[in-house]
Amino acid sequence: MKITEVQEILHAQLVTDLVEDFDVEFGYGCDLMSDVLAFVQHNDILLTGLVNPQVIRTCEVVDIHAIVFVRGKVPAQELIEIATSAGITLLCTEYSLYTSCGLLYQHGLLGEEIGHDFSL
Amino acid sequence: MTFHYNVDGGYPEMAGRASTKFKSVLKDLGVAPSVIRRVSIAMYEGEINMVIHANGGDIRCEVETDKIRVVLADQGPGIPNLELAMQAGWSTASQEARELGFGAGMGFPNMKKYSDALDVQTEVGVGTTLTLDFLI
Repeated sequence: MKITEVQEILHAQLVTDLVEDFDVEFGYGCDLMSDVLAFVQHNDILLTGLVNPQVIRTCEVVDIHAIVFVRGKVPAQELIEIATSAGITLLCTEYSLYTSCGLLYQHGLLGEEIGHDFSL
Repeated sequence: MTFHYNVDGGYPEMAGRASTKFKSVLKDLGVAPSVIRRVSIAMYEGEINMVIHANGGDIRCEVETDKIRVVLADQGPGIPNLELAMQAGWSTASQEARELGFGAGMGFPNMKKYSDALDVQTEVGVGTTLTLDFLI
């Protein structure tokens, strides 16, 4: 799914420059960065209500290139700058984490554990 | 090649800078992305632990032809019960660390999962040294 599609589906605001639209393969919704480090394996977009520099660093470490901040959370300028220098695209939506994930799933963006049929 | 990073424990929100810097170094050296990913995640978990539990420390990264070694040394409080600390879900992290998204008790399990070997030397009141090895 393209970032611009995510933006449209979630009525999201883009808070970093999108130099070139790109694809994300799966979605991961989480406020716990330890879980992101443990479970994200592929080209995911992270949806989270947590807004601090560690979210950006965590994504940088696991090669997540796009983050949606949910529940109307807005990142500070410092955080936008860290994300920009790390090449990470930031979006903000008023929807809750549950609704945001549901909307993206409804439009075909799966969670990676389902996409890869991990043993559940 | 050896790389040194000093980790300041006074600014939890800055934790992870050493790991992301070393990740860039590994990219420049042409290390395989799958290896870079494992090193970055495990080192980042170690760095986070160092900041939230031990007020910072020093990291030494050695890149050899067949392996990468990351040594994280702190002079923090040490780990009283290492067996418990290694269990998924066990954490003594502060509320501040939890607010940053950590303290879920996944630090050591993640370091173990992503490295090829993990050695922990710890002494209460003296500090902790973690040695992580990754085969290339």
